[in-house]
Amino acid sequence: MAGYYHPEQLGKFAEIAEGHPQLAEQFFAYYASVFAEGALTGREKALIALAVAHAVQCPYCIDAYSQACLEHGADLEQMTEALHVAVAIRGGASLVHGVQMLEHVRKTGM
Amino acid sequence: MKSETLPGTASFEAVLAEHGWAGLHATRLEIFQMNLGRLCNMACRHCHVDAGPDRTDQMMSRETIDNCLTALDRTEAHTVDLTGGAPELNPHFRDLVDEAISRGKHVLDRCNLSILLVPRFADLPEWLAERGVEVVGSLPHHRRRNTDALRGDGAYARSIEALRRLNAAGYGRGDPRRRLTLVSNPAGAFLAGKQCALEPEWKAALARDHGVTFDALIALNNMPIGRFLAWLQESGNLSGYLERLLGAFNPVTIAGLMCRNTISIGWDGSIHDCDFNQVLAIPAESPAGKVPHVRDFDPVHFQQRRIRTARHCFGCTAGAGSSCGGALAD
Repeated sequence: MAGYYHPEQLGKFAEIAEGHPQLAEQFFAYYASVFAEGALTGREKALIALAVAHAVQCPYCIDAYSQACLEHGADLEQMTEALHVAVAIRGGASLVHGVQMLEHVRKTGM
Repeated sequence: MKSETLPGTASFEAVLAEHGWAGLHATRLEIFQMNLGRLCNMACRHCHVDAGPDRTDQMMSRETIDNCLTALDRTEAHTVDLTGGAPELNPHFRDLVDEAISRGKHVLDRCNLSILLVPRFADLPEWLAERGVEVVGSLPHHRRRNTDALRGDGAYARSIEALRRLNAAGYGRGDPRRRLTLVSNPAGAFLAGKQCALEPEWKAALARDHGVTFDALIALNNMPIGRFLAWLQESGNLSGYLERLLGAFNPVTIAGLMCRNTISIGWDGSIHDCDFNQVLAIPAESPAGKVPHVRDFDPVHFQQRRIRTARHCFGCTAGAGSSCGGALAD
């Protein structure tokens, strides 16, 4: 099998239980609880998951939560805004390290 | 295209049997649905009826409407559900509404909203309101993008203006005699959202963005038939969508399927279990083995019939389910 990412593998996610059923069962139960309607709506959680999927650059998650967002009634504009939240945080995380750079330069420079 | 030609192997009847249902049978007849014709001022990309401005040849005649009224009088149906095309374009639409109202029936007008902006229908919101007709308006999404994607550029703006006119006539403000229901369809190969979750969001968004109100939201899956099926095939989404419908099969939806409490009359008077079967030319079961016609309506046999299913039925049982009245499960 060439390459690492194959879309059909998403549908086989449950097979990960083969190596350790108990841990898989606990993980999937936890996962289901996380995404259940709670203080946040299912739609809000799907949009958060979509943003995080881009932050962690998981192609399976991007497919899964693009579909989930659509099925929760979100449209492309709303999904793109969620994506930009991830982009902003990732960019900001890099940029804020610049303060370390700045302080280093200030300390060592004349 | 008939749904039997679609890929995939699951039989709807087999899946029903797995869940303890020996086929689908009728319950008490409540909804008398009439397709008044396939003529429409719009040509939406998801339309399962393939309606449009060029469908002038498929219009329910006055004779067939009279046959329907005779048949209606032989049932206990409490609701007359008028659909199309744009049902308002049938020249006998207003007479039919008055006939149904005079019989004490609740009348639903499945309205594409934009028809209300056509000058000769400008009085329709008030006219419908005076008669207590429920308006069931199509609006794929509460935002512009997904609405125009399905219905064409500018459709969203026209729909919002139509909602303003309906609100001005008293619709969508909680009055049970001026009930305004909106129907949402997904703009693509994905399932409808949960209408109970979507409704408050839609109400808040439409009020905030446009100052318009409505009473209830129905969220329906798109059936893999008609124009939507053609798009699924052309876009390479057919297999994935069918897998999605099959994977989301929800047995809780079976008991409330609309085909069980509905009679669906085609523009030509043919009798069907639902309007999807109507489009696929699947007639209701008939003792004579021929296509049953409303002029020969036999209420006893109709009540005892077995409902004819095919693969598109998975569209009504996926997720929260879909019926003309909306979701069938939480």
